[in-house]
Amino acid sequence: MGLTQITAGYVPLLDSAVLLAAEEFGFAESEGLHLNLVRETSWANIRDRVAIGHLDVAHMLGPMPLSANLGLTPLDAAVIAPMALGLGGAAITMSNAIWAKMAEAGAPEDGAPGPVGAALRKVIADRARSGESHLRLAVVHPESAHNYALRYWLKASGIDPDHDVDIVIVPPPLQADALAAKRTDGFCVGEPFGSVAVARGVGRIVTTKGQIWQMSPDKVLGTRLQWAERFPEQLAALLRSATRAARWCEDPSNHTALAAMLAREDRLGIDADLILRALTGKLQFEPGVEKAIPDFFVAYSRAANFPWVSHALWFYSQMVRWGQVSHTAENAKKAVTSYRPDLYRAALSGMGMPVPGASSKIEGALTEPTEVGAVGGHLTLGPDGFFDGTDFDPEKLDAYIVAQRRS
Amino acid sequence: MAESLSILVIDDNAIRASIIEAGLREAGHASVRVITDIEDVAQRIGEIAPDVVIIDLENPNRDVLEHFFALSRTIKRPIAMFVDKSDPTEIEAAVDAGVSAYVVDGLRKDRIKPILDMAIVRFRAFSRLRDELEAARSELQGRKVIDKAKGILMSTRGLSEDDAYALLRTTAMNQNRKIAEIAQALVTASELLGP
Repeated sequence: MGLTQITAGYVPLLDSAVLLAAEEFGFAESEGLHLNLVRETSWANIRDRVAIGHLDVAHMLGPMPLSANLGLTPLDAAVIAPMALGLGGAAITMSNAIWAKMAEAGAPEDGAPGPVGAALRKVIADRARSGESHLRLAVVHPESAHNYALRYWLKASGIDPDHDVDIVIVPPPLQADALAAKRTDGFCVGEPFGSVAVARGVGRIVTTKGQIWQMSPDKVLGTRLQWAERFPEQLAALLRSATRAARWCEDPSNHTALAAMLAREDRLGIDADLILRALTGKLQFEPGVEKAIPDFFVAYSRAANFPWVSHALWFYSQMVRWGQVSHTAENAKKAVTSYRPDLYRAALSGMGMPVPGASSKIEGALTEPTEVGAVGGHLTLGPDGFFDGTDFDPEKLDAYIVAQRRS
Repeated sequence: MAESLSILVIDDNAIRASIIEAGLREAGHASVRVITDIEDVAQRIGEIAPDVVIIDLENPNRDVLEHFFALSRTIKRPIAMFVDKSDPTEIEAAVDAGVSAYVVDGLRKDRIKPILDMAIVRFRAFSRLRDELEAARSELQGRKVIDKAKGILMSTRGLSEDDAYALLRTTAMNQNRKIAEIAQALVTASELLGP
């Protein structure tokens, strides 16, 4: 019998791994699917091609389904995230020159976001006093986990992201070039592009997204609501195969094979050694100095594939915080329904893989790995805290938004 | 014709950009500017003040451009990717052709549509041109390899040029492959075996 064809778009980044592995290592086929993988050069292309139906599903920025449903995108098409493609996976890199000044101002080597941010604040204050231009920090898209993590970190460190620095957009593969050409002073982006900048000797990783917010969401599997409703069985089969692929991706004994596949010219086209750094959590913040960051990128465990409504709502709170959308009950509801844990749970039932019983959690409630209630097996979650010690209770969304407006 | 529109073409493929530019000029648009390097957009967009921006879909800088438009306070903001959200055929045609457009809000559809239509036609023509060029290139490459293979057969087997070609052709037909493939195999084998 022939395989059911699904066209899947991706941007060449580490966390496209789960989707690519589902096809490349036979997980899709065992569910009767063939994924036609299409590499895209911009998030705008992913957005537009999903909206008009050229792509059935895609590797997407976590906030992107919200953007579509909140009217921030040019085409009116309801988009949902029935699955997440991993946790963590991104880092903040600064140019060597700025890092040297930060180190002088007391930035520690270990990436602890609090003291690193305090040092950056001093560097920025010095520049302001001597009349130097704003630092230019790059992210990949205004509505991305990277923009929100960078801004959260800056703001909590006493740096106003809208007035004390310039935040610009640079496509992931061009980040190291922009840093080398001094068009930017730093960036927050998914791996392997921080490691690429380090390997080229043009930058230093100063902290990671997972240190700013532990087990933080990043990319999702997105699809049009219309497609999900029209082909529910195909979607469920895809979610099952991608989850099996995710489990395979996380297993250290598969990292070499996975990195080799991702390194291929038609996939990421990046040296496998650089991809392995993020996969194994053995990063080099500077050339030659290896540093173990446990859980730097979590592909499967800790419910890494579960599309938490609390993740959607946190993204929404940041969209409001930075003026991208206005907060209304109706908009908050659109954010909630952008993520579909119900579809994920239904697809995985009976597979013997654990899925959280709840659809939302208090982000920051767990300070250490904790066993939680789950269907289908034992499940450990967390730690899921923010570096500044605040937490996000999705039940208290209004209060969170008000508190952030004041601070 | 009403007041002329300012059109900006962003394309890192200079040949394709000039094909679009020529088409727009032929259609009577006097104010057409072409930028191939995204870095120049930030500096020049104020002066150009485009009503319509045309960019190729493979350009990785689409996200940069959109953010730039969203931030810009000095110019009228080009927004809304497509002419008409209710016209999926037009949108599909554009995406198929590999082109995307941004227009200043409020511009009438009848003024924009011909521009986008023209861009779609020219993008398609360019793709065709590129495919033909690629075909011609591989054809030329094939001919060179066949000549080389003939030479090998002539010197090692003492065949005439016609007989050498006939042998290549017969072998290709028997194996259901292209003559150039057989020739390439022969050349590779001969290089491996060495003089």
